Amino acid sequence: MKNPNHNATPLNATCPACGLLCDDITLSTAAELTLQNGCAIACSKGIRFFEQSAKTSASAAPTVAGKQTDLTSAISAAAIILRNSKQPLFAGLGTEVQGMRTVMRLAEKTNATLDHMHSEATVSNTRTMQNSGWLTTTLSEVKNRADVILAIGTDITSSHPRFFEKLVQNHDSLFNKPSPEMIYLGATPETAAGSAIACDTAKLPEIINTLNALLNGKELHTEAVASIPVKTLTDLLEKLKNAKYAVIVWSAGALKIPHAELLVQSHAELVVQSIVQLISKLNENSRAAGLPLNSGDGDTTVNNTSTWLSGYPTRNRFNNGMPEYDTYHNTTQKQLASCDALLWISTFTPHAAPDCKAPTIAIGHPDTPFTQVPDVFIPVGIPGFDHAGQMFRMDSSITLPLKKLRDSSLPSLSEVITMIEAKLSAEVTA
Amino acid sequence: MITLLKNGRIYDPAHNKNGVVEDIYIRDGRIVAKPAVTEKIDHTFDLSGKVVMAGAIDMHSHIGGGKVNIARMMLPEYQQKQAQELKSLSEPEAHICTPHCSHHATPSTTDTGFRYIEMGYTAAFEPAISPVNARQAHLEMGDTPMIDKGGYAMLGNDDYFLRLLAGKKDQKAINDYVAWILHATQAIGIKVVNPGGINAFKFNQRRLDLDENNVHYQISPREILQSLSRAVHDLGIAKPLHVHCNNLGAAGNFATTLDTMSASSGLPMHLTHIQFHSYGTEGDKKFSSAAAQIAEALNKNKHITADVGQILFGQTVTASGDSMMQHLNAKHANPKKSVIMDIECDAGCGVLPFKYRDQNYVNALQWAIGLELFLSVEDPWRIFLTTDHPNGAPFTSYPHLIRLLMDKTFRNDAFSKLNLDAQTMSNLTSLDREYSLYEIAIMTRAGAGKLIGLNDRGHLGTGAAADITVYTDQPDREAMFSKPDYVFKNGELVVKNGNVVKVVWGVTHTAKPTFDIGVEKDLKDYFNRYQTMQMDNFKISNDEISDDGRGRVVVHHKTNE
Repeated sequence: MKNPNHNATPLNATCPACGLLCDDITLSTAAELTLQNGCAIACSKGIRFFEQSAKTSASAAPTVAGKQTDLTSAISAAAIILRNSKQPLFAGLGTEVQGMRTVMRLAEKTNATLDHMHSEATVSNTRTMQNSGWLTTTLSEVKNRADVILAIGTDITSSHPRFFEKLVQNHDSLFNKPSPEMIYLGATPETAAGSAIACDTAKLPEIINTLNALLNGKELHTEAVASIPVKTLTDLLEKLKNAKYAVIVWSAGALKIPHAELLVQSHAELVVQSIVQLISKLNENSRAAGLPLNSGDGDTTVNNTSTWLSGYPTRNRFNNGMPEYDTYHNTTQKQLASCDALLWISTFTPHAAPDCKAPTIAIGHPDTPFTQVPDVFIPVGIPGFDHAGQMFRMDSSITLPLKKLRDSSLPSLSEVITMIEAKLSAEVTA
Repeated sequence: MITLLKNGRIYDPAHNKNGVVEDIYIRDGRIVAKPAVTEKIDHTFDLSGKVVMAGAIDMHSHIGGGKVNIARMMLPEYQQKQAQELKSLSEPEAHICTPHCSHHATPSTTDTGFRYIEMGYTAAFEPAISPVNARQAHLEMGDTPMIDKGGYAMLGNDDYFLRLLAGKKDQKAINDYVAWILHATQAIGIKVVNPGGINAFKFNQRRLDLDENNVHYQISPREILQSLSRAVHDLGIAKPLHVHCNNLGAAGNFATTLDTMSASSGLPMHLTHIQFHSYGTEGDKKFSSAAAQIAEALNKNKHITADVGQILFGQTVTASGDSMMQHLNAKHANPKKSVIMDIECDAGCGVLPFKYRDQNYVNALQWAIGLELFLSVEDPWRIFLTTDHPNGAPFTSYPHLIRLLMDKTFRNDAFSKLNLDAQTMSNLTSLDREYSLYEIAIMTRAGAGKLIGLNDRGHLGTGAAADITVYTDQPDREAMFSKPDYVFKNGELVVKNGNVVKVVWGVTHTAKPTFDIGVEKDLKDYFNRYQTMQMDNFKISNDEISDDGRGRVVVHHKTNE
């Protein structure tokens, strides 16, 4: 792959392609783009992100009604749509801190509803945390302390490719612990290090609540639960109880089952709730902690930023400038049907905007595909490639700077949103 | 441009001014000497009869960073309008709500800045920045308008420091690391929370006493306090080591607190939210006030300062770095939920919602213990007015707390409505002291500014930043302190009659003592081997704070005393 800038010096980068947010990346862009990280194994997701970013034009032009135009005209067109809207939907929200700060300001001014493209998964975690709380840990604790890791419903690597290289198979840990024992429940890892207990995702609540019952000293009058011998479950429980530091990993995004719309709690939420109970009970006598995996596209970043600015994570809205929160009503799916304008944002990856009858503004990755020509499309820089930024890691505790890696004439999302906001304010005063 | 504040009654304890009527001149955001008669006065405010103080400084308030945001996220019910009126008028303290008094335990960053400035506070300090989480703390504080900010970085439970100590590294190595942390996290002070205990919890220890060892490092909290208080002293930063003692909230913990006072061998230490650490084990319920013993020790030990962490009744949330004790106390959470975290071989956190009830024996006594401490500690320069926001109560309760301190009748009326068993266990009504305006100005202005080392804030001397609050003298001190007539931030009028009239953005106060950069060699190796982020990305640059065009880093140096 040819790179447009021919920068011979290797660049330090932070990779926003997944929630691990690896910052031990060196990018050499001499002739071919090459990627090095702290591990011997290349990360497929990271390579895809940087290759795709390097292939993306650094000078794409905006369009209005499918026709190329200049930025000023596109900003005006976007401002007109928002001015004529009473309840716009801001969806996608694939951005970093600076972008989200300006999105929140614009949302407050326009009474928008905010929902992230991966909120279905996030909400299962957030709602569990709001219902019962939880006990969680972070990546460096896992690396240095975990001696048993139970992955539930996820092989981890497909969403977070370097998890094992960085945190499990590491040679250096602070307390000279052995390599952790990996156990998978309801997921089959491709590279089979560790043991796997196969089961249907739909059966996870039953199985984990059996673990909870056993841990609470209940006797079971059955040989097997969801086709898993009870002995297998008691063995698993013993390992968790005897661990010095057990970590239970889940990915709410991987816990979906079909035809579960009628449940009051989503299936994912049922699973997460039972996991959180298990961890809580284990901690009465030994140490254990949870590690929820995120879905990406800045979901952790956007929820944190939204929370400190409005008091709520996404699936919030502004009503006469006052923030409100409703995880049931403020979904993209529901709001697409009732909104009178859609602002779609996806800056890291070219995610297509959903079809919407209302006027649509898309601000995002220059290669964003469309099934329906948007009224306004403003291509913006890719955070961590075209411009700097700040991003939250999946465990929320760490925020890292994203680096600017090439010259780019693309504006950043925050610049574009600020211009739209200024245009709206100017029209109000005019 | 010159602004004249004319004929105000000045309460400026840093200059021994106790209600004297004087004029204040402001030019370019600073207080200046009386200009020549030929110079034009652009604005004059006639403050005849008004009470004039420097802007108040909250030296301990959880206003930004991971655990505060967790509290917001886990408690969406607090944000709702109806839930904001959680504290009803029927409660015994007869709290009078001002229009902006939301009793909001988890305000957004915007609300935090607005509510502070509306009460005449012009600066607040986040006391528990975990170094790995410092970037988030500064992002949140960067989005907090109106007031100046700053923070204390937490050490003493991080594995890097404990390895230094266990490896018997010399004090210079410790000092260099502590200074490096101050720079990297853009902090102005160092805090230690449950010294060694947060780390010990990760090794499944559930309690840690002052002279008990962390099982892995075989180091005691006392050794940690000695090492860190020495480092802070040697580095010459003003703010003494900020200490959240071991055994938070546990009956009988006053003994630990008394012992802790001796741990620094006479070097300055600040014991924070000391109310939560002043509990005895007397009486039928094995929970009693040890405020008298703690106050006596504070009066005697001149190297110790303390803030109270007063509780007030109502719904709030406790957000602490003390994962060990918060996990232990999670059973008392109301509503029953808690977030506990182990964080990055660096720190921990525990967030529990809490409802303090006047008819609950323990809560009622906690309320009394806080006030007993305020009234029994003699030197207002060494005791500070805090509720450990939001842990004891939201900071919006300060005007109410000030009235409790200044008005004995009001205080005793409130006391008479408490849980009766708690009343029999407190000597509060025998304490006749009523704080004066001058003493309030010490606790909330001059003392706080001096403690943190803000040389140009907390007082009204020539050269000071013109952060000034003007009140109408009213017998109802709660009404008075709820709604200043005017607040000036850096000489600009930003609040009029308790309402914000101009939005401004404060600075971030830091301390950056010199150190041997050679410390980075070992740190880099440590980060590469054990951490999951690069050392260079751990460090927060000045640009990150000023890049949005609103914030700015101010570095304070200790003045020679």
